[in-house]
Amino acid sequence: MSDLSLENALARTSSRRRIRAFDAVVLALSMLALWQAVGSWTKGVVVSPPLQTFVYLFGLLRTWMFWDHAAATLQAFLLAFALSALIGLALGLVFGVRRFAGEVAEPILAGFYTIPKVTLYPVVLLVFGLGISAKVAFGVMHGLVPMTLFTLGAMRNLPPVLIRTARVLRLSPGRTMLWILMPACLPDIVNGLRISFSLSLLGVLIGEMFSSQRGLGFLLVSGMAQHNVPLSTAVVTMIVAVAIAANTLMLRVGGRAARRPNP
Amino acid sequence: MTRRRAVLCVRVAVLAGLVVPLELCCRTGIIDPLTIIAPSDMVASMVDLLGSGELNESIESTFSTIALAFVLAIGLGTLAGALVHRSPRLRDVSDPLLASYYSVPTFIFYPLLVALLGLGKPPLVVLGVLSAAPAVMISTLSGLDGVSSVLIKMARVHRLNPVRTLWWIVLPAALPRLFTGFKLALSYALIGVIAGEFILSGTGLGYAISFAYQSFDNRAMYGVMLFVMLVAVTANGILYVWEGRLARRRSAR
Repeated sequence: MSDLSLENALARTSSRRRIRAFDAVVLALSMLALWQAVGSWTKGVVVSPPLQTFVYLFGLLRTWMFWDHAAATLQAFLLAFALSALIGLALGLVFGVRRFAGEVAEPILAGFYTIPKVTLYPVVLLVFGLGISAKVAFGVMHGLVPMTLFTLGAMRNLPPVLIRTARVLRLSPGRTMLWILMPACLPDIVNGLRISFSLSLLGVLIGEMFSSQRGLGFLLVSGMAQHNVPLSTAVVTMIVAVAIAANTLMLRVGGRAARRPNP
Repeated sequence: MTRRRAVLCVRVAVLAGLVVPLELCCRTGIIDPLTIIAPSDMVASMVDLLGSGELNESIESTFSTIALAFVLAIGLGTLAGALVHRSPRLRDVSDPLLASYYSVPTFIFYPLLVALLGLGKPPLVVLGVLSAAPAVMISTLSGLDGVSSVLIKMARVHRLNPVRTLWWIVLPAALPRLFTGFKLALSYALIGVIAGEFILSGTGLGYAISFAYQSFDNRAMYGVMLFVMLVAVTANGILYVWEGRLARRRSAR
């Protein structure tokens, strides 16, 4: 009897998994169908249909021109992401340790987070000039604040016993940070990195879309301007795919960090 | 209370410490007026622009677009959240989608939207809804998840019909999380619409900024920019205070 119920349970979980996989496939197919429908409804003037886009994308991936633009975006983005992650982490840790500074800074940062920063891009251009530094600065403007706020939040929710332990063990501030604070805050830090990743990408792309001569954002806008529909659709597809892949990866890593038992 | 006041004082001092040196540098010519104009000039320019009524049309068009996008996002997001909450199967499908939604820079769809819907209000509204509705949906889901089953059971014991259950039990219990979603929706709709206007549009405050930038009219550009920042910060600040009050009233009860 118990064998039977176990078998039933197993069958139920596997059937549930099968239903889930089925639903995911249905979702993917219906999205492709929607894409195809928009493409054929507008006769390919706005969005090129999926098959044509993928063919074009593979052709594009073989051209030197595309990699030149992709490299420009990647360079600006990596620099912006690294800067926002490192500065944000440092600021978050400092504001977390110095409670008073944290209380002073948090509403200012949160206020900055909610203003439409796109409108500040002309100032960035005027200060940094046209080129990669403006794009990087704009990416950092987007990515820095979430990283700081997430780290700060993690530090605030830290069990006080950990800090007391560090004091009992007479760890130096550097070691406390490295051995106690960083591991304890890791899941939130990974979350902050995830948000910071997508926002600094957004910042760099907007910078390229508004005024730039190189990069994927420029390629997208120039595709629109030249009525090269497959080009712009292919670039959008590519960016969406990369963004979702990176996000999924970091969600996995963050989930693993959160599940890991504390040593 | 004294600590709160001290924090406030230091915060004001920090902000003043950012503005005053900027003013001095601009006045003494260390910073070129072609790069940044003095903060007092920004305020003067904003007052001039608002007083002359030059901006009235842009203000009207931008805020009506934002309001439309905000209302649509709240309606659609809440509806979608409630629907998905009812069906575990839909929930399984939509959870990963929602988790990675905000990693995609929604903004790159804007040129496609302009090509699809033409230049004007529709693509801006769609962009605003696209960036705001999922936040409402996520917070609706988490709000409905947070309604404890005891409350639902109590509704059943009192034999409330579905509408009354929703109005008297579910809505008040889920309100704080819903409110967080509304707050996010406002700031996302604002950012989406103004950013869209800025990149590619013929009307609105975002367009006014980009137009002034392109015609080297720094004074007007900084004036409009300051106005946009002030509006955004004020709107979010009001919601922030309101949310705090709501939370305090709940805990007092």
